[in-house]
Amino acid sequence: MAELWLLSLLLPVFGALLVLPLCRYATLSAGIAAVTTVLAAIPGVYVAMSLLNGQPPISIAYAWSLPGGALQIDVDAVSAFFLLPVFILSPLCAIYGGAYLHQVKGKLLGVHWAFFLLLVASMVLVLSAGQVFLFLVAWELMSLTSFFLVAFDHQNKEVKQAAWVYLVASHLGVTLLLGFFLYSSQWSGSLFFSDFEALRAIPQHQATGLFLLAVAGFGIKAGLFPFHVWLPEAHPAAPSHVSALMSAVMVNLGIYGILRTVTWLPQAPAWWGLLLAGFGIAGALYGIALAAVQQDIKRCLAYSTVENVGIIFVGLGVGIYAVAAGFSAVALLAFAGALLHLWNHSLFKGMLFLGAGNLVHATATRNMNQLGGLMKRLPATSMLLIGGSVAITALPPFNGFISEWLIYLGLLHGGLEMPRAMGLPLLLLVSLLALVGAMAILVFVRLVGISVLGNPRSAAAASAHEGSILLLAPPAILLAGCVLIGLNPLPVLDLLRAPVVLLIKTELLPMLTLTAFTGLGRGVWLLLALIAGMALLFFVQRHRHPAVVAATWGCGFALPNNRMSYNATAFSELAHNHLLPRTLRPEVVTAPVTTFFPQAVQLSQQSSDPVLNRLLQLFFTRIANLCQRLRWFQQGRLPIYLLYIFLTCIGLMVWSLRVFGGG
Amino acid sequence: MIVGMLIHLLLLLLFAPLLAGIIARTKALFAGRRGQPVLQLYFDLLRLARKGSVISKTTTWVFAAGPVIGLVVPLIAALMIPFGTLQAPLSFDGDLILFVYLFALARFFTAAAALDTGSSFEGMGAAREVTFSCLAEPTIMFALLVLAKLSGGLSLDILLGDHLNASWRGGSGPALGLILVCLFVVLLVENSRIPFDDPNTHLELTMIHEVMVLDHSGPAFAMILYGAALKLMVLGTLIVNLALPWATPWWALNLLLYLAGLVLLAMLIGIVESVMARLRLVRIPQVLIGTTLISVFALVLVLR
Repeated sequence: MAELWLLSLLLPVFGALLVLPLCRYATLSAGIAAVTTVLAAIPGVYVAMSLLNGQPPISIAYAWSLPGGALQIDVDAVSAFFLLPVFILSPLCAIYGGAYLHQVKGKLLGVHWAFFLLLVASMVLVLSAGQVFLFLVAWELMSLTSFFLVAFDHQNKEVKQAAWVYLVASHLGVTLLLGFFLYSSQWSGSLFFSDFEALRAIPQHQATGLFLLAVAGFGIKAGLFPFHVWLPEAHPAAPSHVSALMSAVMVNLGIYGILRTVTWLPQAPAWWGLLLAGFGIAGALYGIALAAVQQDIKRCLAYSTVENVGIIFVGLGVGIYAVAAGFSAVALLAFAGALLHLWNHSLFKGMLFLGAGNLVHATATRNMNQLGGLMKRLPATSMLLIGGSVAITALPPFNGFISEWLIYLGLLHGGLEMPRAMGLPLLLLVSLLALVGAMAILVFVRLVGISVLGNPRSAAAASAHEGSILLLAPPAILLAGCVLIGLNPLPVLDLLRAPVVLLIKTELLPMLTLTAFTGLGRGVWLLLALIAGMALLFFVQRHRHPAVVAATWGCGFALPNNRMSYNATAFSELAHNHLLPRTLRPEVVTAPVTTFFPQAVQLSQQSSDPVLNRLLQLFFTRIANLCQRLRWFQQGRLPIYLLYIFLTCIGLMVWSLRVFGGG
Repeated sequence: MIVGMLIHLLLLLLFAPLLAGIIARTKALFAGRRGQPVLQLYFDLLRLARKGSVISKTTTWVFAAGPVIGLVVPLIAALMIPFGTLQAPLSFDGDLILFVYLFALARFFTAAAALDTGSSFEGMGAAREVTFSCLAEPTIMFALLVLAKLSGGLSLDILLGDHLNASWRGGSGPALGLILVCLFVVLLVENSRIPFDDPNTHLELTMIHEVMVLDHSGPAFAMILYGAALKLMVLGTLIVNLALPWATPWWALNLLLYLAGLVLLAMLIGIVESVMARLRLVRIPQVLIGTTLISVFALVLVLR
């Protein structure tokens, strides 16, 4: 087992070393990346599956010359749960990426692939690290490699800016994590995670401090509202296979960190759970509301990631809340729903980013207003996008529905069984989740309807055509996973048993309500059968009486052209003027009409992230202004700096005399 | 169970188009006209099913998926609710979520089919439909939560089952009354009725649901009309079960009571459509937010 795990870690590293000298050869390096990730995935998936099926955890220790003991590797069921998406998504993204970057000229693609492989290896290492140093090094490596992947198109000013925001955000996160790990290893007296058991005795207010540090530090990576600001910047900027890997896999590792923290700290009080669920639902509402006003298809998907991470946190928060209140059946449903949603999100968000990548690849634009009519030109991609959209809006019979249904069941059971005041927040969450669900329909009907259906709104869209099979197979495989989980959820839920046991920490696990699943299964199969039957009837009828094909009814207007058709901005106008709060509305820039004979006017609409632009920007500008006052330190003359060194030395001497007593 | 399903489906398929006729007759009565035959929708469906169709050259398979799913969804949803005292043949813990999300599935494909034509009018209708239902969804959830809290169950069969009679008599009457109002408003929104939408107007600009189906014709249009009628009956059943919680020992009488309740509901819709004007589009969200608040209040009353 341990050897297999090692193989899955070292193969990508080996691939990266192999790619670097060959970086001139684009196809070769893409091929090496694909082959090594596939080869790494085979033992990786095997290890993860056997751990999820109840094999004992892997624990390896290597001698290390650094202070703080050994290079400790611990892989348990929780790690395995998070490792599985890494090993499934990374080969698919690598295969896809090779074809996606095929047109790119004038770049050393090998360097890109080396960073890609190192990112995969560092994610595996983050999930397996059993020691603080190793964890932080892997974490930092993950942030840096993904930064370079985001900055792929760094000549572009927007991309540069996005990569910069990402770098700053992830380093702020690392700073918080450094504080968190320093304090916890100080308290437990060890750098090994296995000794963090000692933290269970930590006083409550310190535990709360640690918890908040972890939520903020890991929350930045997870895209938890309000720490999500890098996400809508970095995802559209990166190449699509990188966006897919980051959104579907890397974001999960932030959630992993928070979950690990919760298992280390003493029994979580109920309000921690409510806090997480509150951040979660706020993020879900915020994310989906802003997704509704984006014109950039990948930015829209990035905001949808914020939404789905929010939903996952609602499930986790409710689970923690229910454990604290002693309702382990509710906790089981909520945790199982949240974890399943995490897997589901990896599948459908990976799929959607790859599918959106196909549109970008074919038309060279991410602006939905420039797309349209692609169902006729890219039928396979369009069909995949529709399938992915149905899955992500949690509609039956796809997988998203199963996980959201479990979360709903947890909320409903909790809301009805807990005493009044305790149940009320859960009942409110039910309705807010329903609101999120309805808005998700708005967002994804818009995404599909505007960018894929209808008429092409630009010349690029009109002349687009489908790419190679390598661009289609990876998203198709992911969509197949969505359908499989949707139609047959029980085997997958069985895999969640081991991580959930580690999280609830009780051996007495009530069984999932299996009777409900048979009922649900019946309903879903009946739905499919009826749809199939009706479609067949429809088809036969259409075959007998072929339809007359004519132009779309233009309500009497004889010459409608494609630019008159509804676009993304128009579709969301009603929502952003009458549904969203004022702060979330996009800025509309237009000149007023002044003369009697109006001249040509331009109207443009741009949505910026309110948290980034109105909150953080102000805060950091303030700090930057304060720092300006320290400018006088920098005199720019050598003697002054020598004086600083001299003064520091004196200061240190005085301090050491005082502390060590002149001995 | 299979027999139960067949009875449910037969009842639904045979009875639903009648309601549209009753609404039309009620409106005609108010306007002083004789009106169309009560069975007009049955004739329309038969006629449309035999006709050929014209489809837009822009459309793809999504255009056909709209009517198909719009017709299938109410059929499945109907299996999860009791018709009067006739128990739901498909019932499990948490089926209320499936109920709500099934209608969301129908909405997704109806709106996608509308956008598939590339017509800006239909795009407008699709945008309105999905936007307004964002506000209707929390209301229906809160209403179901009130019922769940009162009945202590999580399947619609229990939510709309025997407990209602006792709940009305007990202290929960006001809360039930409030959610009855809320559900009636949701029924009007979801079935695109005045004051939220006007199924009979000829101005595409003012419509919501009807404008989405402008391009459908022949059998596809029949499916849409039939689907709308079924949806009216399914959502109406929620209200009728809630408002008429009496059961007699005779099942035939119970069934008649239920069907009479549906007819009464249809007449009520007809009256509302006759005496009210259509709301301005921008007022609709305000009304819906109002009903959401009422339903929250009902939930608070129950939790008190």
